[in-house]
Amino acid sequence: MRPLKQLAARANLGLGLLACTALAYAGPALEGAAEKQATNWYAITMFCLFVAMTMGITYWASGRTKSTADFYTAGGGITGFQNGLAIAGDYMSAATLLGLTAMVYGQGFDGYIYMMAFFAGWPLILFLMAERLRNLGKFTFSDITAYRLDQGKVRTMAAISSLTVVCFYLIAQMVGAGQLIKLLFGLDYNIAIFAVGILMMVYVTFGGMVATTWVQIIKACMLLCGGTLVMILAFSQFGFSFEELLTKATAVHKLGAKLLTPGGLLADPITAISLCMGLMFGTAGLPHILMRFFTVTDAKEARKSVLYASGFVAYFFNVIFIMGLTAILIVGQSPDFFEGGTIGGKLIGGGNMVAMHLAKAVGGDMLLGFLAAVAFATILAVVSGLALAGASAVSHDLYARVIKKGQASAADEIRVSKIATICLGFIAIGLGILFEKQNVAFMVGLAFGIAAAANFPVLILSMYWKGLTTRGALVGGYSGLVSAVLFVVLSKSVWVDVFGNKAALFPYTQPALFAMPIAFLLAYIFSKTDKSVRAQNEIDAFEDQYVRAQTGYGAASASNH
Amino acid sequence: MSSAMYQRMRGNPKFQALVSKRSRFAWMLAFIVLTMFYGFVMTVAFSPATLGQAVSEGSQVTVGVVIELFMFIFFWVLTAYYVKRANTEFDALTQEIVQEAWKENQ
Repeated sequence: MRPLKQLAARANLGLGLLACTALAYAGPALEGAAEKQATNWYAITMFCLFVAMTMGITYWASGRTKSTADFYTAGGGITGFQNGLAIAGDYMSAATLLGLTAMVYGQGFDGYIYMMAFFAGWPLILFLMAERLRNLGKFTFSDITAYRLDQGKVRTMAAISSLTVVCFYLIAQMVGAGQLIKLLFGLDYNIAIFAVGILMMVYVTFGGMVATTWVQIIKACMLLCGGTLVMILAFSQFGFSFEELLTKATAVHKLGAKLLTPGGLLADPITAISLCMGLMFGTAGLPHILMRFFTVTDAKEARKSVLYASGFVAYFFNVIFIMGLTAILIVGQSPDFFEGGTIGGKLIGGGNMVAMHLAKAVGGDMLLGFLAAVAFATILAVVSGLALAGASAVSHDLYARVIKKGQASAADEIRVSKIATICLGFIAIGLGILFEKQNVAFMVGLAFGIAAAANFPVLILSMYWKGLTTRGALVGGYSGLVSAVLFVVLSKSVWVDVFGNKAALFPYTQPALFAMPIAFLLAYIFSKTDKSVRAQNEIDAFEDQYVRAQTGYGAASASNH
Repeated sequence: MSSAMYQRMRGNPKFQALVSKRSRFAWMLAFIVLTMFYGFVMTVAFSPATLGQAVSEGSQVTVGVVIELFMFIFFWVLTAYYVKRANTEFDALTQEIVQEAWKENQ
């Protein structure tokens, strides 16, 4: 019984990379323990090239990182196109490539639905947020929520929820990274964790946002090129005919003609809606994504960033869809990729290896090595963005604004953020090792849930609703945070799967549908009933904030250092 | 000082025009995206078979795949439309408002 349980726990680790707990439903198709593979020298060489290149960039960036603006936002001089690529690089994790390909391979259309849910938040971010974010914010999103409210209290709350989101997301990424690297490179789990943690610390402490941005840009290019190449090679085997591909795939797949019909993954309407809300509004509340909006010159470039980012994301999701479908035939029908050569048995290396096997089948060891290097680079880029967002919550919000009340020198602030980065790096390494054998699938869902319930409501209300007061923001934010955490802890993914209780106390795995209304409602009630003088001043201050949000007049500019 | 600037901008009828035009535009697009997306999610949840129908007799391509591909493209076209209008028409108007407030300041 025990080894079986362990196997199941490990199988789920790969899933932890994917930004949703409901993926645990994907079940058998994604099963497989992450056992160590033979050392892949192509992959290691290509990855070393990537590291050498990014280290060179970090060295160059360190010379240009002098002011706080350089460190947090690359001096605000990133163009819309560059930022679009970097956002795409920040948003598409290794899970996007590996997990979603595996999901299409196993579940067909359901994988495609997930991708839509991951994508649909972007147009909304553009229409309702991008411009105001850029016009009101400077370094972190709490610059906006605390704009006219109590600096100390609101920033403390925003920093706490940012750090919570960052930590949960980091654990999921680190554990996933360790498992993946073990699989792809044949390196030991602990070595892999240290490699990721230390590289991340180097990028962020020395190169700040400049280096992080370029790591993300390069990685996005690698991901887009690698994925496209595999897709073209695989699709060419079917003469680029979607109809032919589908006819053959439905003939052999276990779902048969139902391959392109929505399956059981989103069968429960409440879970489906809650998941989609979590993914959509969670995206709009992730601190490392929001931070990227402050790196561009003005609102014009911020809008362009979303245009490019969403274009790349949408394109890549469709590439993955084709990859997953072709893999049904190319990987799923080849005995080379199954343990013991039994087609339909257990995939070598586990379910998440579908994309890698496909690369090997269509492009040999070279392409496999390249794609493996891309996956590693992807993890590095995502954890670097997370670390920077976490570090700025500590240094810019907690240290400079709460503790020093805005009196900290730039040099001190940067030093604190570097120390915070190193601490976060070690925390990430520690947690990565601690959680090696745990099921971390729920953690990414939790991160999105907290982002959607704690960050998003307060952020959107502070931009749109005049009546928001400090009291309302605090009660709304903290209640969103606490309820999102509680709902996940009491749900099946933690209460039953982690704590081993018999039945879940909260019947749904996704918190957003329930935690978000709590946050909004409490923020509304506690603002409305706040009759203090301070509340009146805060409401009056909205008028000026509103003009700035609309016109960008007075916004932090690129020449701010 | 900047509060006085904001005061003047707010008083400019062009500011009211900008805000109402842009908000209406942004909310309309957001409404389209939300309706289509959650309409799709509801169909997935309550009537999956609708999306599983073949687009034409004998084809393996389902209605769901076509709708989703359409949404990917259409949503992106909407973002492009918003960016185009905001970066030209709305930004020009914004510029005028800021400049007029400056002139009054002199």
